[in-house]
Amino acid sequence: MIPSKQEMLKAFEERHGKEIQQKFLSSTVAVCGLGGLGSNISVSLARAGIGKLILIDFDKVDITNLHRQQYKASQIGMLKTDALLENLKEIAPYTEYETHCVRISEDNIYELLKDADIVCEAFDNAAAKAMLANFVLEKFPEKYLVSASGMAGIGSGNLIKTRRISDKFYLCGDGISDVNKSGGLYSSRVMLCAAHQAHTVLRIIAGKFDI
Amino acid sequence: MVKINGEDVNANGMKLTDYLQTAGYDNKFIAVEINEEIISKSRYAETILKDGDVVEVVNFVGGG
Repeated sequence: MIPSKQEMLKAFEERHGKEIQQKFLSSTVAVCGLGGLGSNISVSLARAGIGKLILIDFDKVDITNLHRQQYKASQIGMLKTDALLENLKEIAPYTEYETHCVRISEDNIYELLKDADIVCEAFDNAAAKAMLANFVLEKFPEKYLVSASGMAGIGSGNLIKTRRISDKFYLCGDGISDVNKSGGLYSSRVMLCAAHQAHTVLRIIAGKFDI
Repeated sequence: MVKINGEDVNANGMKLTDYLQTAGYDNKFIAVEINEEIISKSRYAETILKDGDVVEVVNFVGGG
């Protein structure tokens, strides 16, 4: 039996406090890329009771995703936007979700991100990460950007950190572990980085801007 | 001195684009902020590093 919206809100408020929960509820967060980082970020933010999530990815669920991404074996072949939406609705049915199955480029990025208060960069491709970061910092100076770089390999989890590069630009990860040189991705280390990003989002919304 | 990624570098008067090339960065993978302001890639060639500038070169690596 799925709880009512009122029951869910009450449970959120008991956990987070009324004031912070209202801030979470009135926030819109965009998650760009729904892979190891983005799917885990989305689950954390939906669980926290963020009001609206904008979920963007062009890809389908593949067997090689299952070891670290929040999809099920039964969802292989589905669009990641559809599969994640299905999973998130089971976790947090009253969050507002907007999905876009597109490859983000400089041609569509403005329309996709214009309503977001905070943008999470959760791509796997380094050039795409840089493109998104440059675009958001240049064109949306009012938005917060929470980006990630360096979470591959089986190195220590303690090396994953959040840095504040400038006023509205946060960067999570160890900064150096490239997937092409560090021997693959491990769910726990990618989740650590995703958790840093999700937690940074929650802290920003709660008005705690230091790291 | 110019502070670049937390270290003092003797790069006063250097063009940003020349510094990035000398330091081995590939422009495709980076975002550069000087004194907390993003520098668009079209401005790398005309941006001159000055004494006291605080520069952050974020070099993105793959994985996610």
